[in-house]
Amino acid sequence: MSPMARATTTAATASALYDLPGPRTRQRHLAYGVLATLVIVGLIAWLLYLLFDTGQFTYTKWMPFQYEGIQELLLRGLGNTLKAFAIAAVLSLALGGVLAVGRLSDHAPVRWVATLIVEFFRAMPVLVMIFFIFVALKVQPLPALVAGLTLYNGSVLAEVFRSGVNSVDRGQREAAYALGMRKTQVMSYVLVPQAVRAMLPAIISQLVVALKDTSLGFLITYEEFLHAGKLIASNLDYDLPFIPVVMVISPIYIGMCMLLSWFANWVAKFERRSLKTEAVEVAPAETGTLLPGAGPPTAPKS
Amino acid sequence: MNVLVENFSLYGKGFLGTVELTVYASVLALVLGFVMASFRVAPVGSLRVFGTVWVTVLRNTPLTLLFFAVLLGLPRFGIVLPFQLFAVLALGCYTSAFICEALRSGINTVPRGQGEAARSLGMTFRQTLSTVVLPQAFRTVIPPVGSTLIALAKNSAIAGAFSVTELLGTYKTLNELGYNIIWTFVWIAVGYLIITLTISAIFNVLEKRYGVAR
Repeated sequence: MSPMARATTTAATASALYDLPGPRTRQRHLAYGVLATLVIVGLIAWLLYLLFDTGQFTYTKWMPFQYEGIQELLLRGLGNTLKAFAIAAVLSLALGGVLAVGRLSDHAPVRWVATLIVEFFRAMPVLVMIFFIFVALKVQPLPALVAGLTLYNGSVLAEVFRSGVNSVDRGQREAAYALGMRKTQVMSYVLVPQAVRAMLPAIISQLVVALKDTSLGFLITYEEFLHAGKLIASNLDYDLPFIPVVMVISPIYIGMCMLLSWFANWVAKFERRSLKTEAVEVAPAETGTLLPGAGPPTAPKS
Repeated sequence: MNVLVENFSLYGKGFLGTVELTVYASVLALVLGFVMASFRVAPVGSLRVFGTVWVTVLRNTPLTLLFFAVLLGLPRFGIVLPFQLFAVLALGCYTSAFICEALRSGINTVPRGQGEAARSLGMTFRQTLSTVVLPQAFRTVIPPVGSTLIALAKNSAIAGAFSVTELLGTYKTLNELGYNIIWTFVWIAVGYLIITLTISAIFNVLEKRYGVAR
């Protein structure tokens, strides 16, 4: 790599913290890197040693995962988790929409009520709401879980929607009103489409929170993924395979959430590219071209 | 009202339990979050990878699963600690990932020119960091850190379901004693509101005092 190229690549990642490293600093960093790698590898080795030492990889502990009944139990749990997530996601998007409309209303009482609801449910731990619905109102686990998640995530999403609508350039609203549109038309044709586009990453991130929080169903005996894991883990026939269960369940849970987070990041990156500057690649003027920038439109560069 | 007056000591115990959990876990989360943030901006590749993995995994782990793994899993390795300590560990590690991201984005908002200017004045790395970069970063991270700590206080409710003494757990005892369940929950809710509103008031004061519009 030429020094020039290295300078530009480092500058792209550099923050206010560091200068370009010189040869001695690079050597020092290399030494630190080797040392840190050794420590991390040591930690991992110690963890593996602990796992082997306490006999977590014995056949008996991993045997249950071969049985179809157990696999079905896990799959049913996963299905229940996804079911709760899907219902809660749809309902909280709807509730968020309603509450956002309330908060943006022209009528002061509607605005106050919506604000009160949103602020209250955002300040309450979601588990307290779930327990309240489950214990005090004596609701079945699934509706209780979904209701709690909907109230919390709906309130948060209402704030997301509201800030999205407010973040649309003021001229857009004024222009729409100037064209003689009513408020409903201004909202539905002009502001909301632009707001949703800008807010999509935040909305998906909130859905990740909802997905993570479905695991709270475990605490109110909803038969979701973690509950299935607990059933297997407390089985004496398999020598209480607790660690194996955690080792099977957590990658699946974390993987699902990471997939959704990754999707949110991808959408955010997709939104950040500017249509104005990247839709048309302006070709540099060459000898023989009559006008600069007359090249054919090409796909935007990432 | 009766529920609160007659069981004030029970509520008080639960309230203190939640406050303790919140304070200890906040301290752990702030320290760990700072360490992880410095790992993530370090010029050493393997530390950066470690920090990134820590943050990505913990941010995408459901807290219930983490509690499940820590409170019921660590004893299998022969690590036996009081449940409250386990709860602080789980909450602190989980929140440290969010604190780390808040701090890192705070450092990234400091314009690069600030660091360059400091270095061209001949400041050492330590001076640059402590007198130029970190004070500016500190101002921008107050609001996100505040909301993260509020989330931590709310998440501490999960510990109650794993039989750690805290506010939400008091409902079980009161329910068995035959008190009106709705009023029981109303006072629990008030307790949580007091805690979250206190944290947000503290951070409002901090922001008024140190914050800066950028």
